[in-house]
Amino acid sequence: MKRDIRFRLNGRPVAMETDDQRMLLWVLRGDLDLTGTKYGCGEGVCGACTVAVDGQAVRSCQASLASVQGKNVVTIEGLERDGKLHPLQQAFIDHGGFQCGYCTSGMLMNAWALLQKTPHPSRDAIVQELDANLCRCGAHQRILAAIAEVSR
Amino acid sequence: MRGLDRRDFCRLLGGGIVVLVTTKPTELFAQQRRGYPEDLNAYLRIDENGRVTLFSGKIEMGQGVHTSLAQMAAEELGVSLDSMHVVMGDTDLCPWDAGTWGSLSTRMFGPAVRAAAAEARTVLMNLAAQKLGTSSDRLTVLNGVVSDGSRSVTYAELAKGKQIARLVDEKAVLRSVKEFKIIGQSPKRLDAREKVTGRAKYAGDMRLPGMLYARILRPPVHGATRKSLDTSKAKAMRGVTVVENGDLVAVLHADPEAAGEALALIKAQWDRPAAAFDTESVGDYFLKHVAGPEAKGQFESTFRTGYLAHAPMEPHTAVAAMKDGKMTVWAGTQSPFGARTAIAQALGVEEAKVRVLTPYVGGGFGGKSRTQQATEAARLAQITGKPVMVAWTRAEEFFFDSFGPAAVVKIASSVDADGKITQWDYTTWASGGRSSEVLYDVPGAKVRALMTRGGEGANLHPFATGPWRAPGAGTNAFARESHIDIMAAAAKIDPLEFRLRNMSDKRGRRVLQAAADAFGWKAGAGPSGQGRAIALAVDAGTYCVLAAEVTVDRATGEVKVKRVLAAQDMGLVINPEGAKMQMEGCITMGLGYVLSEELNFRGGEILDDNFDTYSLPRFSTLPRIETLLISNDALAPQGGGEPAIVPMGAVIANAVFDALGVRLYRLPMTAPRVLAAFNA
Repeated sequence: MKRDIRFRLNGRPVAMETDDQRMLLWVLRGDLDLTGTKYGCGEGVCGACTVAVDGQAVRSCQASLASVQGKNVVTIEGLERDGKLHPLQQAFIDHGGFQCGYCTSGMLMNAWALLQKTPHPSRDAIVQELDANLCRCGAHQRILAAIAEVSR
Repeated sequence: MRGLDRRDFCRLLGGGIVVLVTTKPTELFAQQRRGYPEDLNAYLRIDENGRVTLFSGKIEMGQGVHTSLAQMAAEELGVSLDSMHVVMGDTDLCPWDAGTWGSLSTRMFGPAVRAAAAEARTVLMNLAAQKLGTSSDRLTVLNGVVSDGSRSVTYAELAKGKQIARLVDEKAVLRSVKEFKIIGQSPKRLDAREKVTGRAKYAGDMRLPGMLYARILRPPVHGATRKSLDTSKAKAMRGVTVVENGDLVAVLHADPEAAGEALALIKAQWDRPAAAFDTESVGDYFLKHVAGPEAKGQFESTFRTGYLAHAPMEPHTAVAAMKDGKMTVWAGTQSPFGARTAIAQALGVEEAKVRVLTPYVGGGFGGKSRTQQATEAARLAQITGKPVMVAWTRAEEFFFDSFGPAAVVKIASSVDADGKITQWDYTTWASGGRSSEVLYDVPGAKVRALMTRGGEGANLHPFATGPWRAPGAGTNAFARESHIDIMAAAAKIDPLEFRLRNMSDKRGRRVLQAAADAFGWKAGAGPSGQGRAIALAVDAGTYCVLAAEVTVDRATGEVKVKRVLAAQDMGLVINPEGAKMQMEGCITMGLGYVLSEELNFRGGEILDDNFDTYSLPRFSTLPRIETLLISNDALAPQGGGEPAIVPMGAVIANAVFDALGVRLYRLPMTAPRVLAAFNA
């Protein structure tokens, strides 16, 4: 159904008139030209498309526009502030927590959402939170080290 | 004319200094006189602003060569790493290259890069000597500034107003290990900031004005033929373009979700071929249809593996558009020049009318050697006259993957009373010859590979197969190193001791010993109950030994890998952290084909279409991983992207045996299979 959609995206208001059943992933990547959020599986089973909605990690390939109406959406493009990387981003660089980089946005957003609610998670809690985020290159050990450093 | 045409070449030479490298200097000099450089290995340009650009036909898919190639050039040229720019995988600008695979970028392309940079440094030092009125041997260079101790001049000043082209062979005078300032260091990756901010562009991130997203009608099973087609409902949908062009039926729309809806409106009926075999019967089918020798020995084993999906996180994607009279295609590919050839053939145009550019590639592992999606996008752009993106869904990725082949290995062997291997007869069906060498000292060892490319039975596979990270090597090492442990256990000899007793190769002995020492190897014939094991592979010129520890749940059969230690001799190491990242990645990815990954299929029907049933390694699968680089600077750099994945099957199977006393002959070692073997 065509509707007025309003939400906050990386701190700025967004308003658009469009079908509210469209998936957030494709609206971000298409209409809003934010391509940092990636398509990986289309079924919410890989985590590459993860964004934060009101601080919760959400698979944007499964989130309709209707589900983010009036909410606060943060994507990978929203982590950097005034040209300064978020500590998680810096830690991913310092620890080498990526190779091809395609899962990285989802990993970072899931970790960011975790630290919003639990600033000092245990290693097991990080593993549990990120277990549904897939990385084919095998950067797992370094991703865990990066998140652990920031959450200390 | 492969890499670049005359106009491009002259444009390149527009100003500054260009160095081209060839492995065949005589032939190339002849061609250069005609003005058409051909078969270049590498080139490097220092422009009038002192900017250094390295052009490489290789691509960056996560393996880090973007950074390591730049390190090599910066080292030889005497500039800082952050002054380097790297252009990769652009068929108009980069020298021709077959593809990025086989752990070859550093091994084979690295020497050309270093030679180009070393020659450029010589040219610049001579220019500096003229300018400063001194001899070049009194000059030193640091970060692109040449100095005689009192006066200095920058590379930018030297390149200004110059138009110098040099052609060299690879025998340039290179810096020695003790002079290295950048090689052997682990700088932050050049792609780091882009990748953690979401700014890194992959093929699917390209946006062109008027671009349409295409969805293509796919058969339900491989080998199916279409009986009927009805596109009327899709045609009636607003904003949809329908293409019916022989085998290519597609719908296009400015919105990708709408294109998907339009595709669902197409009705088609298909004839399906009968299935000859499936996930469970594939091995027996191979053995029945391709005869092998009837080898006899004291020990006879048969090992089996299944088909493997590459499953890169980025599915195959390409964007194609006509631009400046050329079909220009941005593709996620391991073979931009291969894509160009395929596209030119499909469009019926000369290769010079096609340009392929390669943005960052979201993982390849061999799977993006195939460039079908690039051809699809180019055909649709030609037909519609619009820019077109073809981005495969995950289901399409699982369907059109060129799977790592299922395989069977039979080994017959004998051992004497001293624990020396006296006979080795090895035959593989479909895994190929890579890493099938016996490695141990066996007089008259026989090794055969059946069902190899172009050979008998090569086309028995019901769908495409292709190279999967260290193609076939994991299967071959699984079989060999498992069988070695079978003999060691029967001879009641510790598996490490048994290997050393049968190995005279010095590199092999050194790496085995280093791995055992670092692991804290406790000797004991298997099964020792410790759940630990060791396995060796030689791949891409590199020696890699893995030592691992597992626990097995005897109630469920679930294998938990607790620890994997890798010791690797890969010759001179360009970027140690980068090398370790590749080793860790190999071990982590390896856990998949060892414990959980196997494509489910029935004939040409692929039963897995997403990650819910095709199970990749996860954070919770992760063991403690330790990596050890065994110093061997006297040897040129060897392969790094694949070797550590090769012994994974063997080391885990051997560790399961050491824990349980039960031998697993088939990968993956899923919990039900382990339980069945334990209860048998």
